[in-house]
Amino acid sequence: MQQELLVVENLSLHFGGVAALTNIDLTVRKGEILAIIGPNGAGKTSFLNCISGLYRPSGGRIFFEGRDITRLSPHRRAALGIARTFQNIELFKHMTVLDNIMLGRHVHLRSGILAGGIYWGLAQKEEVRHRRRVEEIIDFLEIEFIRNRVVGSLSYGLQKRVELARALALEPKLLLLDEPMAGMNVEEKEDMARFILDIAEEWGVTLVLIEHDMGVVMDLSDRVAVFDFGRKIAEGLPEEIKQNPRVVEAYLGGQLAEEA
Amino acid sequence: MRLRFPWTTNCGLFFTRYEEDQAFLPSRAAKIKVLCLFALLLALPWLVGPYPLRIASQVAIMALGAVGLNLLTGFAGQISVGHAAFMGVGAYAVGALTTKLGLSFWLALPLGGLAAALVGAFFGLPSLRLKGLYLAIATLAAQVILDFAFVRLEPITGGAAGLVLTPPSLGPLSLADDTVFYYVTLALTMAGVIFALNLSRSRVGRAFMAIRDRDLAAAMLGVDLFGYKLRAFFLSSFYAGLAGGMLAAYTRVVTPEQFTLDVSIQFLAMIVIGGLGDVLGSVYGAAFVSLLPIALSYLAQALQGVLPQMVNLLSACQTALFGLVIILFLIFEPQGLAKLWRHIKDYFRLWPFSY
Repeated sequence: MQQELLVVENLSLHFGGVAALTNIDLTVRKGEILAIIGPNGAGKTSFLNCISGLYRPSGGRIFFEGRDITRLSPHRRAALGIARTFQNIELFKHMTVLDNIMLGRHVHLRSGILAGGIYWGLAQKEEVRHRRRVEEIIDFLEIEFIRNRVVGSLSYGLQKRVELARALALEPKLLLLDEPMAGMNVEEKEDMARFILDIAEEWGVTLVLIEHDMGVVMDLSDRVAVFDFGRKIAEGLPEEIKQNPRVVEAYLGGQLAEEA
Repeated sequence: MRLRFPWTTNCGLFFTRYEEDQAFLPSRAAKIKVLCLFALLLALPWLVGPYPLRIASQVAIMALGAVGLNLLTGFAGQISVGHAAFMGVGAYAVGALTTKLGLSFWLALPLGGLAAALVGAFFGLPSLRLKGLYLAIATLAAQVILDFAFVRLEPITGGAAGLVLTPPSLGPLSLADDTVFYYVTLALTMAGVIFALNLSRSRVGRAFMAIRDRDLAAAMLGVDLFGYKLRAFFLSSFYAGLAGGMLAAYTRVVTPEQFTLDVSIQFLAMIVIGGLGDVLGSVYGAAFVSLLPIALSYLAQALQGVLPQMVNLLSACQTALFGLVIILFLIFEPQGLAKLWRHIKDYFRLWPFSY
């Protein structure tokens, strides 16, 4: 029996009269890769936003390692070990790649204004110690050559990779990836898929990812959850999901499914 | 033998330790250059007369204030139109503590900084909910309220007449002496600049920049947005308070007119012209903004023989010229004097074969 890392109970989210999410129950087990799929506007990103604390859910509860985090502020959740990437890259554009990734280690660093301003001594030791860790991540994601570049000047694919590096620097227990392969070519997708598998296997990180590329989803994920119109309509192993008539209907439309 | 242009100090460097990579002055040439500059600053009292020396002290004070504002606006991205008022809090605190309570100036100065920092952090509270222009208006309110308080809190501030300070002393030396005052200001401003430079390359500075660039992403990575915005306001106002305290010792009189909205705008001009998010840029900007009117009046005097009308014209045009310079900077070099200086250095890196 695998341990449960994240338990979402009866989660609902409303914007005024619009229901973005309705009564979602979902459990993420330690060490697995869970993919969330569904048509546009199904509520996948809203769901991630609820977990990472960007949105306050209207109802329901979220437990992380048995602790109720439903009302916890985002930065506290990060300190517990929840990291994420964004659908539209949200990097610190005017900072270098190195600084972006170093910021990912914010929760692990301690120096405050005084130690930082005096620098020589405490803060410098800390910087060097954590720089070592950051360099490991840079090596792992193969972005050594852009280390000192300002992020805003990088290509889209590289920015995605830097964003992943920044999230990894947090050393998360749970990593939420919102469309990590959107807009990438086949080669970049293959690289990213390899990184994701390595993160799960070598680093022991539990992953929840939203992805539209079915091939990628079926290859990478241990389990798949399907959302449609703010509800979870199916959950199971990738092969089961492929056969599920409700999923086929949601994706292809009712009529087509009948014909097929 | 290595043939190299002497200005070029940071090329062909390969580091083997992270400490070296993170250092300010990664090469010996860079260290020598900074030492020369430092020696020049130390020798200044022997190189120039008393009037330019007083101007230099004034520039140093303004630079300290500008560095503070740059930490808040350039680094943390929180715009403040009340910086002069926070400076005023420091000046009045130092004035009141020394004249009314008879405290030593050296004790009153950090207390003045602290008073300004607390007031600044209080007026930073709206930054939890307000951004950009809206925050600018909220800090404008701080400016107006504090302006009012300076005039009306007569028992403490002396009202419109202000406070008159006795010149503080440092052991046997009196700060009324221009040379002594220059060295004290220089030391304080250099400490402030180095502190800010260090901060910008460590955890807190990175958190500030992250909030400026993408606040929500910063929160998702564990940065306590509100806490760090308040820290930025606190720190920035602490710098302003120290600068205010030094200004009080410099002019030896504290009056409300020294800390009006105009001065706040001037501070914003300094960091825009110098370079937002660049510590040394704030020093260049402070020097530029403080020296421009003086340079203009010299120009007017020089032209008096040729164009007698020029004196009146130039002094009238001063504000307009000032505005023109800011607009030109915004259009042609939004990253300010600091970036301009880097361009010049980059040009000379390959000189004379730069094609």
